[in-house]
Amino acid sequence: MEFTLTNFLLFMVNCVLANNFIFSRYLGACPFLGVSSKVETAAGMGIAVTFVMGIASLVTYIIYHYLLVPLQLNYLITISFILVIAALVQFVEMFMKKGMPALYNALGIYLPLITTNCAVLGVTILNINDGHNLLWSVLNGVFGALGFLLAIVLMAGARERLESSNIPKAFKGFPISLIIAGLMSVAFLGFAGLGNI
Amino acid sequence: MPEKKQSIRGVFINGIFNENPIFRLVLGVCPTLAATTSATNGLGMGLAATFVLLGSNIVISLLRNFIPDKVRIPAFIVVISTFVTIVQMLIQAFVPALYEALGLFIPLIVVNCIILARAEAFAARNPVFHAAADGLGMGMGFTAGLILIGSVRELLGNGTIFGTAVFGASFEPMLLAVMAPGGFIFFGLILGIINAIVNRIGSRKGVQA
Amino acid sequence: MSLRLSTGPHLLHKESTRTLMLDVIIALVPTTAAGIYLFGSKAAWVLAVAVASAVLCEYLFQKLTRRPVRVLDLSAVVTGLILGLNLPAEAPLWLPAIGSAVAVILVKELFGGIGHNFMNPALLARGILLASWPARMSVYFMPIRVLGATSAVPAGPDAVSSATALIRPQGYEVYDLLMGNIPGTIGEVCKIAILIGFLYMLFVGTIKWHIPVIFVGTVALFTWLIGGDPLKAVLSGGLLFGAVFMATDYVTNPMLRIGQVIFAIGCGLLVAVIRMNGAFPEGVTYAILIMNILTPLIDRLTSRRVYGTVKQHA
Repeated sequence: MEFTLTNFLLFMVNCVLANNFIFSRYLGACPFLGVSSKVETAAGMGIAVTFVMGIASLVTYIIYHYLLVPLQLNYLITISFILVIAALVQFVEMFMKKGMPALYNALGIYLPLITTNCAVLGVTILNINDGHNLLWSVLNGVFGALGFLLAIVLMAGARERLESSNIPKAFKGFPISLIIAGLMSVAFLGFAGLGNI
Repeated sequence: MPEKKQSIRGVFINGIFNENPIFRLVLGVCPTLAATTSATNGLGMGLAATFVLLGSNIVISLLRNFIPDKVRIPAFIVVISTFVTIVQMLIQAFVPALYEALGLFIPLIVVNCIILARAEAFAARNPVFHAAADGLGMGMGFTAGLILIGSVRELLGNGTIFGTAVFGASFEPMLLAVMAPGGFIFFGLILGIINAIVNRIGSRKGVQA
Repeated sequence: MSLRLSTGPHLLHKESTRTLMLDVIIALVPTTAAGIYLFGSKAAWVLAVAVASAVLCEYLFQKLTRRPVRVLDLSAVVTGLILGLNLPAEAPLWLPAIGSAVAVILVKELFGGIGHNFMNPALLARGILLASWPARMSVYFMPIRVLGATSAVPAGPDAVSSATALIRPQGYEVYDLLMGNIPGTIGEVCKIAILIGFLYMLFVGTIKWHIPVIFVGTVALFTWLIGGDPLKAVLSGGLLFGAVFMATDYVTNPMLRIGQVIFAIGCGLLVAVIRMNGAFPEGVTYAILIMNILTPLIDRLTSRRVYGTVKQHA
C-alpha cells in the first residue's frame, strides 16, 4: 500500500473506529474488562499498550523478515514473537520504574498483563499475515492500540457512571461489562465502511 | 495447598464445574468471543485449547523442580507455545475449514490466560497426574462453555446447531448474534443467567445448613 | 436505610418522571397521528405492539427481580412508542415485540432502570434490529395516503421504494418532505408533526432548544459546505425525529450546557460523515448512539472546566 495522506487517514479511521480491536475484532478483551473501572487507570493502560504495540510491531517485523525467513524458521513465529513481547514488556516496566515512577505506581501491577494481552501478539501476527511493510506494520500497531485506548476509556467512563446503579446482583461485574461492551459495539457498527481504502 | 488433598477425579470435576474457566473464573474472554460464532467452532477451539492445556500442564509439572523461579514465566511460555505450534500445524493439516474459521485465534491460544494461569497456579505445584487431570478438566470445562455459547449464538444467528437446521424455513435469523456485538451481549447474558442460577443454588444450600 | 448516590440527572422521583413522560407522549401525538394516517392500520399495529411489549417486559422484569414495579411512570410507554415510530410500517409484528424487549430489558432494566441506562433504549434497540434484520429494517415504504393537497408523488399500497428519500432527496419537493409524502419509517416522514411536538416540548419546558437546533444546524452547515442542499438534507431521513425526540433524552446526554453543545455538534458531524461515506444510508441512529457513549467522558471534561478543579493526569 502506497503511503499517501489519504491512505494514512483512512487506515487510521479503519483501525481505530471501523475495525476497532475490541469492538469488532475481539482482541485484548481481558485487560479491557479487567482494567476499566477507573478512567485514569484505563487511560494509563491504553497508553502503555500503545507504546508496547508500536515497538513490538517494529521489532517483530525485523525478526521475521531478517531472521526467521532467511533461516527458513517461519514456523517459529508464535514462539519467537511471544518471547520478544515478554522481553519488551520487561524492558518497558524497567524503563517506567526509573523514568515515570508515578505512572509505574498506577500501572505496575497491570504491566505484566500486557504480555498476555492478545492484542499485542495478535497485531504482530496480523502484520505478517496481511503482508504489511515496516511502516504500515508500525502504524497498524499504533492505531490498533489507539483503538484499544479509545475502547477502554469509553468503557471506564460508562462503568464509573454506573457505579451507583442498582444492577441485578447476578449481572454485576463481568456480565454487565460484557453487555456494555456489546452495546458500545452496536454503536461502533455506525463506523462501518468509513475507513475503506 | 488445598489442591493436594483433592483426588484426581475431584481435580478433574473441579475444572468443569466449580472453577469452570469461562463461567466461574472468566478467563480466556477473547477466544470465547471469537470462537463461539457456531457450536462447531466452539468445539474446535475447545479441543485445541484442551490439547495445549493437557500437554503444557504435564510438561510443566514434570519440569517443576528444574525450572528456576526467576525464569519460570518465560519457560512456561516456551512450553505452551510449542504445544500451540503443534496444534496449529495439526489443525492446518487435518481440519483446514476450522483453521480458516478460527484464523488468528489459533496462535493466540498462547496468550489464553487460562493456560498460563493453570501452569502457574496448579501445574507448577502439583504432581503430574493431578496436573494432567487439572488440564483435562479445565479444557473440558472450557470446551463445554464454548459449545454452550456457540450453540446459542448459532441457533439465533443462523437457525442451526452444529450445522443442523432447528427452526423451519420461515425463521429469520438474528444476524447480530453472530456479529461482533452479539458475542459480547450473549456471553454477558449467559454468564449473568448462570450466576443467577448458582446464586439460587447457593442460597438454598445456605438455608439448609 | 441506605443512602443512594445518583450520578445521572435527578429525575428519579416518581411523580416528576411521570409528568415529564406524559409531556413527551403529548408531544408525540401529532407524529403518531400523522404516521397512522399516512401508513394506515399497519402502522397502528406496529405502534401498539411496540408499546405493549415495552410495558409488559418492564412489568415482568421488575416482578421477576422483585423490584418495585414502576410501569406507571410511563417511561416504558415512551420507549415503546419511539421505537415503534422508528420502524417501517410494513414491519412484521415480531419486530416491534423483540425491539421493545431489547430496549427495556437489555438497555434499561439490566442497568438499574430509568435514569441508569447509559444509551438511549429505543435507539439502541433500533440499531440492534437494523444489524440483525437489515432486509426488514432498511427497506422503506411509500405512505398509502397523501397528506395535503398537492402531490406528484405516487401513493398507494404498492408504491414500495427500496431506498430512503435520503438517497435522492432532490427527487422530492420540499412540500412533500415536510408533509411526509415520502418513503420512510412511521414517525420520521412527517416533519410538520415533529415540529409541532418540538414546539410543545419547548413551550412546557420538557426540553431546551440547544441540542436539536445545534444538531440540525451542524448537519445543514456541513451539507452546505460540501455543496449539498442544506434544507433537503435537514428534511430527509430520520434527522428531525432523532434530533427532537432522541438526542434530547436527559439520561443519555451531557449534564451541562457546554457538554450538550459538544454533544449536538458531534451528532451533527457524525450524521454528515456517515451519510456521505458510511455503509448505511442514514446515520442518525448511530451518530446519537456514538455520542451517548462519549457522554460520560464529555461530562468529566466539562465539569472539571466549569468548577475549575483542574486535575493533572500522569
